[in-house]
Amino acid sequence: MDNYVVEMLNIRKEFPGIVANNNINLQVKKGEIHALLGENGAGKSTLMNVLFGLYQPEKGEIRIKGEKANITDPNIANDLGIGMVHQHFMLVETFTVTQNIILGSEPKRFGMIDIKKAEKDVQELSDRYGLSVDPKAKIQNISVGMQQRVEILKTLYRGAEVLILDEPTAVLTPQEIKELIGIMKSLIKEGISIILITHKLKEIMEVCDRCTVIRKGEGIGTVEVSETNPNELASLMVGREISFTTEKKPAQPKDNILSIEDLRIKDSRGVEMVKGLNLEVKAGEIVGIAGVDGNGQSELIEAITGLSKTESGKISLNEKEITNMSPRKVTEAGISHIPQDRHKFGLVLDFPIGENMVLQTYYQKPYSKNGILSFKRIYDHANKLIEEYDVRTPSEYTKARALSGGNQQKAIIAREVDRSPDLIIAAQPTRGLDVGAIEFIHKKLIEERDKGRGVLLISFELDEIMNISDRIAVMFDGNIVANVKPEETNEQELGLLMAGSRKEKVGEQ
Amino acid sequence: MFANRMFNTVVPVISVLLGLIAGAIIMLGFGYNPIKGYAALLDGAFGNAYFFGETIRQVTPYILTGLAVAFAFRAGLFNIGAEGQVIVGWLAAVWVGTTIEAPMIIHLPIALIVAALAGGLWGFVPGLLKAKLGVHEVIITIMMNYIALYLSNHLIRNVLTDKQDTTDRVAESASLASNWLMELTSYSRLHWGILVALVAAAFMWFLLEKTTTGFELRSVGYNRHASEYAGMKVGKNIILAMVISGGFAGLAGAMEGLGTFGYMPTHAAFTNIGFDGIAVALLGGNAALGTVIAAFLFGILKIGALNMPTGAGVPGELVEIVIALIIFFVASSYIIRWVLLRFKKEGN
Repeated sequence: MDNYVVEMLNIRKEFPGIVANNNINLQVKKGEIHALLGENGAGKSTLMNVLFGLYQPEKGEIRIKGEKANITDPNIANDLGIGMVHQHFMLVETFTVTQNIILGSEPKRFGMIDIKKAEKDVQELSDRYGLSVDPKAKIQNISVGMQQRVEILKTLYRGAEVLILDEPTAVLTPQEIKELIGIMKSLIKEGISIILITHKLKEIMEVCDRCTVIRKGEGIGTVEVSETNPNELASLMVGREISFTTEKKPAQPKDNILSIEDLRIKDSRGVEMVKGLNLEVKAGEIVGIAGVDGNGQSELIEAITGLSKTESGKISLNEKEITNMSPRKVTEAGISHIPQDRHKFGLVLDFPIGENMVLQTYYQKPYSKNGILSFKRIYDHANKLIEEYDVRTPSEYTKARALSGGNQQKAIIAREVDRSPDLIIAAQPTRGLDVGAIEFIHKKLIEERDKGRGVLLISFELDEIMNISDRIAVMFDGNIVANVKPEETNEQELGLLMAGSRKEKVGEQ
Repeated sequence: MFANRMFNTVVPVISVLLGLIAGAIIMLGFGYNPIKGYAALLDGAFGNAYFFGETIRQVTPYILTGLAVAFAFRAGLFNIGAEGQVIVGWLAAVWVGTTIEAPMIIHLPIALIVAALAGGLWGFVPGLLKAKLGVHEVIITIMMNYIALYLSNHLIRNVLTDKQDTTDRVAESASLASNWLMELTSYSRLHWGILVALVAAAFMWFLLEKTTTGFELRSVGYNRHASEYAGMKVGKNIILAMVISGGFAGLAGAMEGLGTFGYMPTHAAFTNIGFDGIAVALLGGNAALGTVIAAFLFGILKIGALNMPTGAGVPGELVEIVIALIIFFVASSYIIRWVLLRFKKEGN
């Protein structure tokens, strides 16, 4: 008989108007990493919230270690040894690691918090699972990866035996992902079971033992990871065949659209982040910038788009200099920008989606005349884009906040591409999206390339860079250290270049 | 969208009702008859032409300071400085009203414009500091309130008059007072200012909802970063929002200087018109029409309450408590919103 720590049998959860979970089975063995795979909105989080006691299921049974359990609130889940690490961390920024971990279950001595004992306990736990967390560090001073480990420690401190990780790699750099995978492996060695919510197939193949797939709220089934492959998982998840290598014709590069010469940028602290960088993007090609986060990519984008000032050097678009122009002038000159963080930089979440689609053009005809807005034209335009780019929204008047991540991103891409720019800067355009949306966005970028536009793609995902770039520029320490063609390189080589090792034979430009 | 709008209307109404009920309980607790108390309040606000005129008169500056706070809020700024802007607006209006000689068609508009400019200047300073140096507007506007209060007292005593505590009366040609309105309302102090306030409300609605300038201001109010990425000048919008906000408050001061009083006395303490504007804006949901309605409610409470001691024997202090309770429930509308949402979910 199998030794299941968690069994969720025939779970059904309804919300007004929709069935979020229908007849889903999830059985997790002791000491395994079990993936929960599904597209955005498939019902993964709902299922986990049922397990964690945040929602009550309409039907179905939950068993913990073979015993029927009635989990009506998260405290019961905690007592049963279930811990959850949410995608958005729940930490007090100004508290130390230890203070955060003990919050709500403080060890007391004569009615006072015994912080010494707590720090010792945290240190012990950290050492035992190889988390290398400093118990006395303040949350605001530690990296995102470290914060995540604090969240994991928090659940372990409360005696968790089953750990739910909700898309843990979405916020991490490739290096941090590697560390997390190592931590997960050492956790299962200690007998902890992990449920990994994700839509990244590569991670499942790498660390998981088994995988349960959910599609549109229905349980599709559970597969042994060793007996499957990414293609099968993807088609199980989406319900149709998915091509990973995006189809595209060879690029037909023409004239230079963007040329950057000897660009130098200092950040707000006065540290030089871009150090004499040269880069060219031609019409009809996609140039992918590969690199580890923090090597000057953000500074480079902000300089091109006019959001921050450069120290020296020259940026030109179609032979015309645009160095240090205002963002509006740069936009008008013909650059579109799909920003890295769509909530912070891409959208006004409390504006209707229709008004978000004229966020850069509202002052131009036909959307306004003599300073008076024409809402009819604004919303007609939005309707056209919503249809053309298949943005799923109840209406053009719906607030951007109410849309799913994939549809928000589609709306931004619709807005940026529709302006017919000469150059599209796409920073992490598929971050946090599911395969269906990723496929759509990659197709669009290639379509625009084929129309003769230049595309500058910045991504920390090597797959994405390898897949759709025509030329890869590797960025390290504020400079382009190599120009390579995707078909002439591989992930290992790129990884080394990104880490700063020199390439002898520089690919032709 | 419609449901949302309904919701935004229902919440303030419930807040007010809860405030009235809580006030009634307090009155009962102290042995007063709440029905008689509220009847006296209504009588005091609408009972006769004089009361009615006084109510409208009181509503006028509330509309304008409410608009001032609401306008800044829509651009993501908290203008606590409406109080100081009222004072400088009042002083500027009276200054123009007492020193210039011109026909009414020129004199009155100039007095109003200068008052708005003075208020705007008082908003410009915190706006500029926020835009250029990132100094929080709340701190600066609070400071500016004190500067306005003591500076205006100094100017009245030493510049506008020779050691007097009030200025001269403004010239007829700069006055908003109207004999016709006064006679109509049994010699209340009602003046034409209510028209200025209503025009200002219409102006705010049009500017925010219909123009590209308003689009930018609202966009900056919701998300500064995305607005900057979209090519809007965030700093310029912050300054503009504070100047217009201050302009509304400055006009509120002109209502007192050119209408209600016709002069400016030195003030030992703040007028509270500006501070009450915060509650008015909050109750009005920071929208133009909502602010007008909320200002009416405040005016009714303030003027009607004056009748409660004589009409129902409820002491003045208790009346203050009742008004405070209503404001309290309005400010805590978050809780009501939460309960309603809860209720809606269960109902489904």
